[in-house]
Amino acid sequence: MAMTLDVNGKPMTVNAAPDTPLLWVLRDELGLTGSKFGCGVGQCGACTVLADGQPIRSCSMPIEGLGGMKITTIESLGGTHPLQEAWVKHDVPQCGYCQSGQLMSAAALLAANPKPTDADIDAAMDGNICRCGTYQRIRAAIKDAAGLAAAPKA
Amino acid sequence: MNKRIAPEAARKGATRRDLVIGATVVGGALAVGACSPLDLLGIGAKSDVGAFGPFIKIAPDGAVTVISKHIEFGQGNHAGLAAIVAEELDADWAKVTVEQAPANVKLYANKTAGIQLTGGSTAIANSWNQLRQAGAAARAMFVQAAATKWGVPAGEITVKDGVVGHATGKSAGFGELIADAAKVEPPKEPKLKDPKTFTLIGTDRVRRKDSRAKSTGQATFTQDVHKPNMLTAMVAHAPKFGATVSSFDATEAKKVQGVVDVIQIPTGVAVLAENTYAAKKGREALKVQWDEAKAERLSTDKLATTYAEWAAGKGTLPEKTAWQGFDSKGDFAKAPQGEVFETTYDFPYLAHASMEPMNCVAEVGAGKAKLTFGSQAPTLDQLNTAKIVGMLPGAVEIETLFAGGSFGRRANFQSDYVTECVHIAKKVGKGRPVKLVWTREDDMQAGYFRPLTHHNIRVVIGQDGFPVAWKHRIVTQSLMKGSPMPAKGLDETTVEGAKGSPYLKATPIVDAQALLPDNGVPVLWWRSVGATHTAFAMEHTIDQLARKAGKDPVEYRLALYEKAGATRHIGALKLAAEKAGWTTPAPAGWSRGVAVHESFGSVVAQIAEVQLVDGQPKVGRVVTAVDCGVAIAPDQIASQMEGGICYGLSAALFGKVTLKDGVVEQTNFDTYRVLRNSEAPRVETYIVPSANPPSGIGEPGTPVIGPAVANALLAITGQPSLSQPLVKAV
Repeated sequence: MAMTLDVNGKPMTVNAAPDTPLLWVLRDELGLTGSKFGCGVGQCGACTVLADGQPIRSCSMPIEGLGGMKITTIESLGGTHPLQEAWVKHDVPQCGYCQSGQLMSAAALLAANPKPTDADIDAAMDGNICRCGTYQRIRAAIKDAAGLAAAPKA
Repeated sequence: MNKRIAPEAARKGATRRDLVIGATVVGGALAVGACSPLDLLGIGAKSDVGAFGPFIKIAPDGAVTVISKHIEFGQGNHAGLAAIVAEELDADWAKVTVEQAPANVKLYANKTAGIQLTGGSTAIANSWNQLRQAGAAARAMFVQAAATKWGVPAGEITVKDGVVGHATGKSAGFGELIADAAKVEPPKEPKLKDPKTFTLIGTDRVRRKDSRAKSTGQATFTQDVHKPNMLTAMVAHAPKFGATVSSFDATEAKKVQGVVDVIQIPTGVAVLAENTYAAKKGREALKVQWDEAKAERLSTDKLATTYAEWAAGKGTLPEKTAWQGFDSKGDFAKAPQGEVFETTYDFPYLAHASMEPMNCVAEVGAGKAKLTFGSQAPTLDQLNTAKIVGMLPGAVEIETLFAGGSFGRRANFQSDYVTECVHIAKKVGKGRPVKLVWTREDDMQAGYFRPLTHHNIRVVIGQDGFPVAWKHRIVTQSLMKGSPMPAKGLDETTVEGAKGSPYLKATPIVDAQALLPDNGVPVLWWRSVGATHTAFAMEHTIDQLARKAGKDPVEYRLALYEKAGATRHIGALKLAAEKAGWTTPAPAGWSRGVAVHESFGSVVAQIAEVQLVDGQPKVGRVVTAVDCGVAIAPDQIASQMEGGICYGLSAALFGKVTLKDGVVEQTNFDTYRVLRNSEAPRVETYIVPSANPPSGIGEPGTPVIGPAVANALLAITGQPSLSQPLVKAV
């Protein structure tokens, strides 16, 4: 079935069953492989993208409900987003597999709340698992990008 | 991290030859002949080494590429390996990039393990001399080329940031001299720098080379591979270990749009489809009957009880098992009279649960087998693939990609998920690419767990409060099952950390033994291997003994380290204690716990600040001190301490895999709880200055946090933590 999705500001025609989770359409049909498959049940956040600015777990979101919504993926951040710069500055990634999802959750947080508290960060980021344990650098990078903390790294 | 073939043997380097010969036998395609085992393993391998050797490529524009024989799946080893080369080469660090080596055991064997693999926290340690020499040799070639070209003595040539120069004002980049340098005979024993003159190693300039790619979604993982005409496969696996396919009905599965074929393979039934979702839906529609005649049906509750009985000297031991001793001395029966302290600890099975579930891409056709994935043990994967496709191991091509974590999971003697993919690709044939995708459920229920383990400890305490006799029983599964190495005595990976403990060294009488009964649940090394349980057993016991003796836990340990001559333990513990402010009160509402453990050649001391919130432990600040020899990439050492602590804390607080009647009860992160951002501690890392060769860093931080937290809880509640996880499931 053909359906049109608004992905990263462009209308994209996709041929997929209506119950297909957005993640597989992004990855297998559109070649946007930045969003990752981690758990398939909305538990780990590796697949996080934005729908009308809200973070969603694309692995558990059938495309049939997404018509007309603006889907934003890691590819749209452009590589120079303040969060991406902060991620590089703090050498946040280890294996890197979860980081697209982490960044999209963080991007949604800062867009809605430019000066988040630690509790705000907890609430926004607890849905994104990192098995390498980069959590403290993620927190530092979010604060850095938000201009909240002088956390100099070489 | 976590990832090695024969860790104890590897560390000593003593049985490398045994291992390689054994591995060759496993290959099956070869018989050991007159040439060396490495030659045999490498038969069929392509070799295209450039002028500067297998580890360095220099482009005409002067850009330096360091070729890493080790996979990068989070450890940051690519940064450290590149820095070693760049330091000796005097390259411009900003222009250095890293490329992953292909599978080629002759060029890229891990010098500790004897085959190409990343594991045992050896990446930096085994490469240290090799890459220094590679960098220094290439530098010497540029120096000689410039000296000849400019007609000046080589001794007067300088190299800095990739620019070769002379006092006369002549200068040239690597790129300008590359043709001449490539013709210079590389020196066999190039002069290495005096470490005091290092300008890159040990500085915060040594940063990851992959952070940008991994912060933009551009890094390529196996999951992201898409080749023309590629099929995606999912496999219906048996619900119990050891069960096999009895029959299957693919009628409904084949009706799913996008499903191409359904085939039986040794490990189950594979659904092949044009995309991932079709493969998943096809698998859901598949009906499989399983033959469970030979299936493992154990329940972990019962297993734990049985282990405890055996450790206590009760019950009948299973056939072909016997207690095996280590570090024993004196006669425990004749130990002096004194107060006796007894304790037991229970550790559950643990899943590695890396973020990227296991997966692989394979292409098998006439005379060709190519794998594209995050290969942690390319030589094992080549051997196991060669057996299936009937090729020489060296001819099996492997392109290694970034992997989304491993923690030990991706290196095993069976190459389990790799061979599953190869079996499918072989049936598909014609070189058509097949991507095997495991779901989280596949990954979590496939086994290869950290084994369920029981410790039973009995200590006779002397008048001075220190142990005079120590009896220790460990029951766990061997990690070497299926190993190409013939079993010679005790599998030391199961006891390392208890074996070699300074506390046992400091105790006059020791009776330490391990029992390794087998069962049908596959087990494997899990980040820090034996130390995942021995560190807890030793450190939590010592803290209880210290409190019983009315002594400060830090002072008590230091006294034992003095007796044992464990000077590096003393250094690490004193540094951690100083930085944590051990002798000053903890912040209001918090209590401190300390633990120290040596693994993979490095000593780590940690002091954790813990409080109880609604009866559950919350960990705040963690101060960690590490002695890992020469610190090459200090920020990555900190990163590995932070990550290792999170990994160990996750397991200590929440990790538990259970089986009921042979079925793994955990399927995903909703039933296998892991640490989340708000639960992560604030880690401060301090490095003990050292001139020793570098030792491991990926694993040593992991096993220390569990006992540090348990020791803080002991300070808060007075109660020991006798079973893990510490947070009991509701």
